Amino acid sequence: MLVNQFLILAAVLFCIGVYGVIARRNAVMVLMSIELILNSVNINFLAFALRNGSIDGHVFALYIIAVAAAEVGVGLALVLLVYRNRKSIALDELSEMKG
Amino acid sequence: MFAEASTVAHEALSSGWFLEHAFLIPIIPAVAFALIIFFGKKLPMKGSELGVLSMVASLVFSVGAALQWITRVNGATEEQFIDPVIRSWTWWNSGGFEFGIGQHIDGLSLTILVVVAFISSLVQIYSLEYLRGDRRYTHFFASLTLFSAGMLNMVVAENMIQLILGWEIMGLCSFMLIGHWWEEGANSRAALKAFFTTRTGDIGLLVGTSVLFFSANSWTQEHLGVSGFSIRGLSAWALTGNPGHAAITVGAVALFIACIGKSGQFPLHTWLPDAMAGPTPVSSLLHSSTMVVAGVFLVARLYPVFFEGMNIFGSGVNLITLIGGITIVIAAALAFVQTDIKKVLAYSTVSQLGYMMMGLGAGAWMPAVFHIFTHAFFKACLFLAAGSISHSASHHSFEMKKDMGGLRKFMPITFTTWIISTLALCGVFPFAGFFSKDEIIDNVGHNGYTVFMVVGLIGAFMTAAYMTRATYLTFFGEPRGASAGESHDDHGDAHAAHDTHDAHDSHDAHASHGPHESNLLITVPLMILATLALGAGLFNATPFGESWERMTKWVEPRSVVVEDMAHASVGETRGVRTEDTVAPELMMSAAPAETAAGEEAPVGEAPHAAEGEHGAHAESVCGTSTPEIGTCYAPQLHHAPFKWSKAAMSVIIVLVGMLLSWLISVQMYTKKSGFFVGLTSRNKLLALGYGFLVNKYYLDHLYEKVIVHGIAHPIAKAAYWVNQNILDGIVNGAGLVTRRVAGWVYRNVDQRVVDGAVNGSGAVARGTGNALRPVQSGKVSQYGALLFAAAAVAGLVLIIVNT
Repeated sequence: MLVNQFLILAAVLFCIGVYGVIARRNAVMVLMSIELILNSVNINFLAFALRNGSIDGHVFALYIIAVAAAEVGVGLALVLLVYRNRKSIALDELSEMKG
Repeated sequence: MFAEASTVAHEALSSGWFLEHAFLIPIIPAVAFALIIFFGKKLPMKGSELGVLSMVASLVFSVGAALQWITRVNGATEEQFIDPVIRSWTWWNSGGFEFGIGQHIDGLSLTILVVVAFISSLVQIYSLEYLRGDRRYTHFFASLTLFSAGMLNMVVAENMIQLILGWEIMGLCSFMLIGHWWEEGANSRAALKAFFTTRTGDIGLLVGTSVLFFSANSWTQEHLGVSGFSIRGLSAWALTGNPGHAAITVGAVALFIACIGKSGQFPLHTWLPDAMAGPTPVSSLLHSSTMVVAGVFLVARLYPVFFEGMNIFGSGVNLITLIGGITIVIAAALAFVQTDIKKVLAYSTVSQLGYMMMGLGAGAWMPAVFHIFTHAFFKACLFLAAGSISHSASHHSFEMKKDMGGLRKFMPITFTTWIISTLALCGVFPFAGFFSKDEIIDNVGHNGYTVFMVVGLIGAFMTAAYMTRATYLTFFGEPRGASAGESHDDHGDAHAAHDTHDAHDSHDAHASHGPHESNLLITVPLMILATLALGAGLFNATPFGESWERMTKWVEPRSVVVEDMAHASVGETRGVRTEDTVAPELMMSAAPAETAAGEEAPVGEAPHAAEGEHGAHAESVCGTSTPEIGTCYAPQLHHAPFKWSKAAMSVIIVLVGMLLSWLISVQMYTKKSGFFVGLTSRNKLLALGYGFLVNKYYLDHLYEKVIVHGIAHPIAKAAYWVNQNILDGIVNGAGLVTRRVAGWVYRNVDQRVVDGAVNGSGAVARGTGNALRPVQSGKVSQYGALLFAAAAVAGLVLIIVNT
C-alpha cells in the first residue's frame, strides 16, 4: 500500500492550507484554506484506514466532512455579517480585539 | 477483473467491440462536459461544438452496439436466454463490501441508449440556434452534456450504486437547466421545486436499494458471485422464490416511490409542469428521453423485483397500475385548462408516463418499453415545435390564447411536424403512438386489468381532445397578440434575461417581421423527429404479423432457466433441459385460471406442458419456486394477440375525441358562441370543477401550505414551548439556588480568604499582561502563524524526544 505517498500528499495539502490561513487577507480564502487542512487530515485518516484494513478511518472522514460543512456554513455566515457591517472582508482590518 | 460469469456458459452468443465497450457511451459526454467547463469559452463556438460532437459520438457507439446486439440475438436459438453483456470493475472497497462499476447491456438498455443519444444530439443542434447569444451559452451546453451523460450512465449501469450515481447527476443537472435563467424569481423557484420534489422520492431509492442489498447479498454472492447491488443478481434473486415476501415488497415499494418522484407520477407530478420554466430544448430533452423516463426505466430494468414485489398478475390491481392509471386521467384533465402551450405538453407527458407505468404494472413490459421509444420522438418533436413557434413567431411567449393563432400559414414546416406528432401522440393509425399505446391498452386488458384498460381508453379520448384544443389555439383561427405583430414590452415571461442580451442581433428583427418560419438548425431536427414520429411504430408493428415484431424479439428478455455457474459444466449442450426450462404458465395459483387455458400461446413461448406435472418440479418454472439447478432472469409474460376490432375501437374513440374538441374549439375561440364562452363562470358545478383544475387539485397548496407549514410550524411551536417552560425553568431554578449559595460563599469565603490571594495574583497578572500586550495585535493571521509555529515546535520536540 502506498501509504507514504498519501502522507506526502496530505502534508503538502496541509502546508498549502497553513500558508493560506497565514498569508491570505480575504476571509473566504482563509475558510477555504481551513477546508484544505481538514481534507489533508481526511487523507491521513483514509491512508491509515487502508493500511490497517479497518473501517474506522472511513467513518471518521465522513464525520469530518459533515462537521466541516457545518463549520463552513457558520464561517460564511460570519463573513457575510462582517461584510454587511464593514463592506469589506479583509481580515487584517478586523483588529478590534487588539489588546 | 471482468465478471466473466455471464459469457462463459454460452460461447455461441456473438459479441463485438461496441458491445464490449458500451461503457464508453456515458464517458464520452462526461469528458466533453469537463472540457467545455474548462476550455469552452476559448473555443470558436463557445464549447457547443464539443457538446454536439460528444453526443453524436455516443450515438454512433450506441447504434454500433445495438447492431451487434441484434446479431447476437439473431444468432441464438429460440429457447436460449440472451445473456446481457456485463463487465464490472471494482469502484471502491469499504468495510469488506466491494462496490463495482461497469456495464449491463441488453436490449432494454440499448433501446434507451440509442433514443437518449439520438434525442440529445438533435436537441443540442437545435439549441445552437435557439440559445444563440445567451449569456450563459457555454454553461448551458456543459449542463446539457452532463445531463445526457447522467442518463446514459444510469442506463448502462451494472449495479444500483452506479444507477444512483446517474440518477443524482440528472437531478443536479435538471436543477441547473430549469433554473438556467435564474435571474427571474419564478425560474429559480421552479428549479428548487423540481429538485426538492424529486429528492423526496429519491429517499425511496436509497431505502429500496439498501433493503434489497441486505436481503439479496448473501444469495447473490453464493449463487452468482456478484454483490447484492448487481442488477443481474437482484433480477435473479427476485425470481428464485427465496426472498422473503416482506423484504421484496418493501424494496419494490420504496423503489417505486423514487420512480413516482422522478417520473412525475401522481402525487409527486407537481414539479414537472413547473419545470417548463427552463429553456425549451431542456423541456424537450427532459420530457422525452431523459429524466422523466428514468423512473419508468428503473421499473423496467428491475422488472423481476417489481414483478414479485408488487405481485403483478396476482390480482386485478397493484400499486403501479393504480398510480399509473390515476396519473393518466388527472394529468389529462389538467391539460384542458392550460393556456401555456408548453404546460399542455407537460401534462401530456405526465399522462403518457402514466401509460408506461400502467403498462409495466400490468405486465405489459414490451409495449411500455416500446412506448418509451416512440413517445421520445414525438414528444421531443412537439416541444421543439413549440420552441420554434416562440422563437420565430410569438416573440418568446408560450401563451396560446394571448399570443398565438393562425400560425399554419406562416410556419408550414413547424405546423406539419406538429400535426404528425400530435397524431402520433393521440395514437392514430399508422403513426408511431398507435403501435405502442394501443398495445399497452390491449395488453393491460388481456392481463386481466379490465378497469385499467377502460382508464387507458378514457385517457386516449382525453389526449385527443386536449391536443386538438392546443392545435386549434396555436395554428388555426386568427393571429393574436405577438403573432399578429403586436410588440410586447415585457417580452413574455422567462426570456427577459435572454433578450436583454441579444438585443443587437437578429432577434430584434421579430418585432418588425412578424411570424415567420424558423431557420434550418431548428427545422431539420423537427423534420427528422417528425419522420420518426410517423415511422418508428414499424419497429414493433404487431398488427402486421410476427415478422414485424422486431423489438419484441430483440429487446424482451426470454424467460428460461439458465444453469448456475456453480453447477454448469462449460460447453454442455443446452437443449437437453428444454422441457424443464420452458415456463408454460407463470402464475400457477394466482393468475386467473381461464387466462391460462383459453388464450393462444404468447409469442415465443414453448408448448404447454401439463400443469400438474410441473407443479411437482422444484426447478421448473421461472419465478414460482426455487430453481434447484438454475437461475432465471426474466419473468414469463403474456402477449395479447392483436385484433383489428379492438384497435379500430380505440382509434374511433380517438377520432371522436378530436372531432368533439374541434367543434367546441371552433365555437368557443373563433365564433365566440354565447353558449360556450363563459360557461364555466355561469354554471356552478362547472365553475367548481374548473377552479379545481386551475388550482391543480390544490396539491401545491397541500404540499406548501399544509404539509410544509403544518410540520414546520408545530415543531417550531413545540421547541419554543420547551424553551420557555422547561429549559428556562431549569435555568431559573439553578440561578436561584446559585444565588443563595453564592451569597453565603461571598460573605464567608470570598471576602476573607480569596480576596487576599486574588489581589496578589492580580498584581502578577497585570505585570504579565503588560509584558504580553504587543502579542495581542488583533490580527487573525498573526494568531494563526503563532499557533502553527507552536504546533510545529511541539511536533519537533515530540520527534526529538521519541527518537
